[in-house]
Amino acid sequence: MPETATLTQRVLRHPLLWPVLALVVLLLINVVVKPNFFDIRMQDGHLYGNLVDIVRNSAPVLLVALGMTLVIATRGIDLSVGAIAAISAAVACTRIVGAGDEAALTTAVLACTYALAVCIVLGAWNGFLVSVVGIQPIIATLILMVAGRGISMAITDGQITTVRNGWFSDLASGYVLTLPLAFIIALGVFVLTAILTRRTALGMLIEAVGINPEASRLAGVRSRTIIWTVYAFSGFCAGVAGLVIAANTNSVNANSLGLWIELDAILAVVIGGTSLAGGRFSLTGTLVGALFIATLARTIPNIGIPSELNYLFKAVVVIAVCLLQSPKVRALFRVHRRGPSVPVLAKGSAA
Amino acid sequence: MSASTATVSAGSVWDRVKGYSPPSRFLPVIATLALFIGLFALGGVRYEGFSDPQVLLSLLIDNAFLIVLAVGMTFVILTGGIDLSVGSVVALSTMIAAKTLQMGWSPYLSMAAVLATGTLLGLLMGLLVHYFDIQPFIATLAGLFLARGLTYLISVESISISDPTFTKLAFKTVTFGDYYLRWTAIIALVTVAIAAYVLARTRFGRTVYAIGGNESSAMLMGLRVAFTKVGVYVISGFCASLGGLLFSFYILSGNSLHAIGTELDAIAAVVIGGTLLTGGRGYVVGSLLGVLVLGLIRVLISFDGTLSSYWIRIITGALLLVFVVVQRFATRRQP
Repeated sequence: MPETATLTQRVLRHPLLWPVLALVVLLLINVVVKPNFFDIRMQDGHLYGNLVDIVRNSAPVLLVALGMTLVIATRGIDLSVGAIAAISAAVACTRIVGAGDEAALTTAVLACTYALAVCIVLGAWNGFLVSVVGIQPIIATLILMVAGRGISMAITDGQITTVRNGWFSDLASGYVLTLPLAFIIALGVFVLTAILTRRTALGMLIEAVGINPEASRLAGVRSRTIIWTVYAFSGFCAGVAGLVIAANTNSVNANSLGLWIELDAILAVVIGGTSLAGGRFSLTGTLVGALFIATLARTIPNIGIPSELNYLFKAVVVIAVCLLQSPKVRALFRVHRRGPSVPVLAKGSAA
Repeated sequence: MSASTATVSAGSVWDRVKGYSPPSRFLPVIATLALFIGLFALGGVRYEGFSDPQVLLSLLIDNAFLIVLAVGMTFVILTGGIDLSVGSVVALSTMIAAKTLQMGWSPYLSMAAVLATGTLLGLLMGLLVHYFDIQPFIATLAGLFLARGLTYLISVESISISDPTFTKLAFKTVTFGDYYLRWTAIIALVTVAIAAYVLARTRFGRTVYAIGGNESSAMLMGLRVAFTKVGVYVISGFCASLGGLLFSFYILSGNSLHAIGTELDAIAAVVIGGTLLTGGRGYVVGSLLGVLVLGLIRVLISFDGTLSSYWIRIITGALLLVFVVVQRFATRRQP
């Protein structure tokens, strides 16, 4: 009996059960408050509605969180993503403004490519500090977090740079196949990451490095290269997110662009069930986490609370998620909920 | 022992001075001190009026709140933790002070409320860190969101402080001849002195260093790990609210957008002051010097006039990089 767990047992044990439930509860709250919350209408070939907005607004956090998931899986953390996003936007916008033909498609493509290249270099710099110099990830990325906004302001010369390029603003407000382009991009990066990590050995190697860097090095895993790669990837993701955010307002404000997005991204990763201690990671969990954060941001004004109080709810979510993940609290619950005979059965069915 | 005293007493004073090498544990602090003196000398040579002692005193006045924040942060970092919430707690403190004064509370009651709130928040984070094994980074991240959210809950708009007693306290000065210092700076210096005493001379202070060195060893030695670990977050919370109080004296308003990113300045100051981020090594005096170095860079840039303010962040980042890399190689050499 324990070997063939029933469907309900499998659902109950699924690591994504709680994040998905939380998301569903949040959506239900919205529907109860405003019954027409789920309404989606078609206009000019685009979909409009709250759900579409949520999906579009989740794109930057999802992008950053994807990079963050891999970094966290290697036992690291990347605090510099907000600053990298600001640098990416600053580079792209100044390139577009400085180009000969400001509104051309090639201008936008070249500027974005250039910005993303800069971001990959910045990410690789973080990776260099962590893997070669051997600085703790929090500190190594803190350096760029502190300096990055200054660099971004140096690029834009401390001004709010505004761009007029239809192709660039399509990054945030454009639609492809009736869906927001921003979300398609985020989803594209998600699928690409999932294929790269789950269809090749890369995912396993990343988990190996996160679980025990020394042992994986002795087993022949090039942990240095892997750590380097994940930080560069995180830089790339942050860069794309920065472009999407800048395109949303058609401008870049180096001071506020992507402010605290690193914290939102970490929150999304944690909600998705990836442990901050490194090792196993769940990209789907991160997707759910990012959607949860975007839904939360939408829910709060919807149920009539000022949107600034978002922070208060985030604090509650952080504490709740951490307490749920904490082994001590889990042990406490287990003792109260079930008898002592159950762990034997649980062990058997897990095998 | 007797041989060394004999040789020392045999040599002249100059020999002793020449042969003196400071203990290696003081080297980071001495490096920061040298950096500070070097920067001050650079400013004095390049700009007129820079070498005025009042510049130094103003440095203390302008950075009083950051000094207090850095003191609290030093305790937390010495145990190997980190406190991201201090900036938000500063904003919350300014807001509580402004709101309660607006409601007509006595200034002293209002100050007590500010300090109690910060201490309580610190206590909560400490409990989360120690008893639920939540990483300090995440627990204080929750604190950051919570404090910022509470600030918005009190008021979304900025509230100015006009209470006469409060403003009188804010501008109270001590004069030394031609020079003056505000009380806020003196409170900051007293905080540094008390913290230095606690870390160097009390059982609590030694336990802080022991936990930073190796927590399980500290536990096995029978030290009061739980009390101390929660205690450092309480101290940091208290210091953050005291810093917030000094900041409200300085800026005389409560605003939910105050002090965004100040936690980074505090962490940077502690690191530049030579405290090891993995814990176990460092001095509060170093953190004081770290804050002063950051403040001096700001003053240098404002004296220069041609450099924009964003250079402060870039230079801070570069300094952070240098100190962290040097620390890394310095600790690698030691067993």
